Amino acid sequence: MESSHSIIPWFRAMILNSFEWPTRLQYEPGPTQRPGFISSRGNEYFCEIDEEYLTDRFNLTGLNTEVQYYQYALDLVTDVFDFDCDDDMREQIEKSARHLYGLVHARYIVTTRGLAKMLEKFKKSDFGKCPRVMCESQPLLPMGQSDVPNSSPVKLYCARCEDLYNPKSSRHAIIDGAYFGTSFHNILFQVYPAMQPPKSQRRFEPRVFGFKVHAAAALARWQSEQREGMKDRLRAIKLETGFEEEDEELEEDEEDEDMVEEGAEGAAAQL
Amino acid sequence: MSSSSQVTESWIASFCGLLGHEYFAEVSEDFIEDDFNLTGLQSQVPMYKEALEMILDVEPEDDDEDEEEEEEETGEEEELGDARAPGYRRAADRRHLRIASDLSVIESSAELLYGLIHQRYITSRPGIQQMAEKYELQHFGTCPRVHCNSCKVLPVGLNDSPGHETVKLFCPSCLDVYTPPNSRFQTVDGAFFGTTFPSLFFMTFTELDIGGGLRSNASATIDALAQLQAQTSEGKSRNTTPSNVTSINGVAPHNLAPGLGTGSIYEPRIYGFRVSERARSGPRMKWLRMRPQDVTELDETRRYWEDRDDDADRPDDDDLNMVDVAEGKAGVTADRRKKPIRTRRTRMGPALGAGAAAGSPMDTNGVGGPAG
Repeated sequence: MESSHSIIPWFRAMILNSFEWPTRLQYEPGPTQRPGFISSRGNEYFCEIDEEYLTDRFNLTGLNTEVQYYQYALDLVTDVFDFDCDDDMREQIEKSARHLYGLVHARYIVTTRGLAKMLEKFKKSDFGKCPRVMCESQPLLPMGQSDVPNSSPVKLYCARCEDLYNPKSSRHAIIDGAYFGTSFHNILFQVYPAMQPPKSQRRFEPRVFGFKVHAAAALARWQSEQREGMKDRLRAIKLETGFEEEDEELEEDEEDEDMVEEGAEGAAAQL
Repeated sequence: MSSSSQVTESWIASFCGLLGHEYFAEVSEDFIEDDFNLTGLQSQVPMYKEALEMILDVEPEDDDEDEEEEEEETGEEEELGDARAPGYRRAADRRHLRIASDLSVIESSAELLYGLIHQRYITSRPGIQQMAEKYELQHFGTCPRVHCNSCKVLPVGLNDSPGHETVKLFCPSCLDVYTPPNSRFQTVDGAFFGTTFPSLFFMTFTELDIGGGLRSNASATIDALAQLQAQTSEGKSRNTTPSNVTSINGVAPHNLAPGLGTGSIYEPRIYGFRVSERARSGPRMKWLRMRPQDVTELDETRRYWEDRDDDADRPDDDDLNMVDVAEGKAGVTADRRKKPIRTRRTRMGPALGAGAAAGSPMDTNGVGGPAG
């Protein structure tokens, strides 16, 4: 229903200009305004919340106790702010507005429209790519380790290795993880199961002069046992394991190799 | 001799100072000058001699050149007979031109040669020591994985021959490899570090505490967070490894992939409820970050023989055991695996900082290296 032109300029400005106020809201930039505040970038992870969603009080339930100067902050966010105050106050309200926006964002991105928007950003790799070599640049999703604000900064989830990574850039590392929440990335794959990447069994094998390092290799073999156990459990209930097909061949090779090695070890043990 | 080489810094120093070359150690000239260390490189590097001279900042000596030139001159005259401009150039000028045009070729050959020497150097004793200093200063960065608590990483190649992959980073805490965060490292060949180096590094410096270390350097927020995480993960992981085990498969239990195991595996949740393995998009990769709670489970030889009743072929206890226990505490139980066994030399290996004098990096005894 809402097309993009109706989205409140404040959001666009906030997202595109990284928290810099749009000119028509621009307050006389007093000397007290901290430069780090204005120049703080890193809003690439956020999507634009529909005006409609923001103006529905139901969606904001409970946030009034969470955010200081709630009403002013909300006015600022919804672009109806006309309160004359001093710089310090203004700064406080701006801070609250950012916080409020983040908290609403966490709720918004698990709605149908929010998920769709985040999916587009995910497809464009707006959140970065997995640093793990074997994940072959799998796009990441932002997530929080807690839904409670101010408990931990945003992390990135890789759907291929199902692990969490720290954002590369320090400007992202300061965003509160609660602005994305603990559920969003899992819900996204529940809603769009086709976006789930195939899992890979390929892994790095530490070697010295071509020989596998025993401690690491033993651990890897133990982990493979666990994996096969899981696969058996899944097969028993006739579920797809979700692993890449090419891995099956690879796996057989590995097994052959292991058998040869086992034989060699046995022989060595007998000696 | 028209020497201009000693004006500023050496070629090696300037190469290592380039943007994106922060991972390189400065190979000592002694190492390069030892022909043994260069065995086989001649066939891999074009313009080998010139490249080597460039690396060592050696100006070709004039006397030799003159002789060469005289010989060359006749040959070249015949070859270039037609093309040569009417104004006959002196031999020295021509040589100068040739070198100028070849300079970029030699430069890239020199980089390749230096890289290949570097791969060998960092597995030598002085080289690995130099890399250890860089590691301590965190020149290679930290692991991006959240549960590795910013563990320091080391550069690694996925291939030992050049031209395949760029340099990657090996994290000892999760035993995985990562792409360097900065794109400037994507021009550095992984072969210049090689596949062996990081594993050998942690075999050499067995006393390094892989898991800890960084926290004091980190910023206040990350610091607090790391501590918080450490607390929760410690609370969650019930480590059932017998406390007297000092080595498993040649590695101290606290250094065996400390970033893995219960408490360090991501548990997907929706509104607080765990996502079931049976869900189509449920967790499938937990195995990758698992680690047995009792690391003696990884003593494969013992497990192999425990499954078999025939004692005829059973090797001695000494050979049967990849677990070391602290002496004096042994005999807590009657369990065979907790019997005192020979102490391995690795544990007495060099401590970082105390100098790598005690053990050769080539010493893989007891680490279950090639022959096990």
